[in-house]
Amino acid sequence: MIDKRVATPAAAVADIYDGASVMIGGFGEAGSPIELIHALIDLGAKDLVVINNNTGNGESGLAALIGNGQVKKMICSYPRSSHSRVFPELYHAGKIELEIVPQGTLAERIRAGGAGIPAFYTASTIGTPLAEGKEIRNIDGRDYVMEYALKADFALIKCENADRLGNLVYNKTARNFNPVMCMAATTSIVQARKIVEVDGIDPEHVITPGIFVDRLVEVTVPLIESQLIAQGVRYP
Amino acid sequence: MAELVAADIPDGSYVNLGIGIPELVAKFVPAGREFIYHTENGLLGMGPAPAPGQEDPELINAGKKAVTANPGASYFHHGDSFAMIRGGHIDVCVLGAMQVSSNGDLANWSTGAADAIPAVGGAMDLVAGVKTVLVVTQHTTKTGLPKLVRQCSYPLTGINVVTRVYSDLAIIDITPEGFQVHKLAPGVAFKQVCEKTDAPLLPPKEN
Repeated sequence: MIDKRVATPAAAVADIYDGASVMIGGFGEAGSPIELIHALIDLGAKDLVVINNNTGNGESGLAALIGNGQVKKMICSYPRSSHSRVFPELYHAGKIELEIVPQGTLAERIRAGGAGIPAFYTASTIGTPLAEGKEIRNIDGRDYVMEYALKADFALIKCENADRLGNLVYNKTARNFNPVMCMAATTSIVQARKIVEVDGIDPEHVITPGIFVDRLVEVTVPLIESQLIAQGVRYP
Repeated sequence: MAELVAADIPDGSYVNLGIGIPELVAKFVPAGREFIYHTENGLLGMGPAPAPGQEDPELINAGKKAVTANPGASYFHHGDSFAMIRGGHIDVCVLGAMQVSSNGDLANWSTGAADAIPAVGGAMDLVAGVKTVLVVTQHTTKTGLPKLVRQCSYPLTGINVVTRVYSDLAIIDITPEGFQVHKLAPGVAFKQVCEKTDAPLLPPKEN
């Protein structure tokens, strides 16, 4: 029988190793798998390469993982926000690397990684510093830059409902990068607000088919980043 | 400015609004027109901010502010969202600017300063993929420097991408001949706009 459920976030992330690449779903606080990130902080794996659209807020979740010195390099589109202090401090101190990728190129690199497409051409960044050093190809009279696919050893994902086979449904704009990251990681680890029976999700409504998911853990009442910031919570 | 932008967007357009002044455009949709707002973090049919206390941390816009979903809205993942942008399906985007050059180059993501942390977000994908790129901006910087220039000195977001600029002084089209004043703001003289622009300007055409 296939059963991807594990008991705790700690058990779900236990094999993430030093130097691993980790995609972390979410856009700002929406869809951010905070409990899995906190379990990764507890685990202590270091020299991680983390792929996320941002670099976290406040001092919990992704910001805490970065602040704890576990991240060697961030790959993201927008490492700034009104509540983002941890990353800028480490960046200015030269203690963390940054690869800046336009948001659409980041999403497509991840999607391509999951879809077995090694590279693709896009008009985004043509004529900008972010295209420097990359292959440019003129197709039908327009210049395009070649971008390589992006894969990762692990993905940390948040969804709304899941079944034991790993079929997933998300909540509103918390979907964001989560489905493409599920596809692009060797091991996709998902926290679900609720794990339902195998016939509990209409097949027409499945957003991420279970084939892209490896592990599931139920987190019934997940932490909310903006509340943690308002309360001044610092993890651990 | 936001009202003038809204007045120029055709009925039925799919529109992406950038952060800041562009967000105000949604408040000025002319009567009888329906726009569908796209926010690149995965929502078509974005509605206004919710009433205080009704915010949902999992329903936000690209600026990470709480929004609502209008009837007929849809959610999708980032791959699909940027397929809408890159694939030419979004009709109009409205962005802010640090500099616009007379051939339509846009700089709006970095000053290029050595200590600045680069942060591009979705702007490069938007300008590369959206058919009509409208820029809303003050005509000069806070220190009075022209934002409309012959050549951008800041790192570019895209080349030859801007369609029209709405400033506090004028509406200006990017044409093969350069900046063409379409309309002056009330009480503003053409000469005044020229003085605050670091590139040749073509005067408004007589109606």
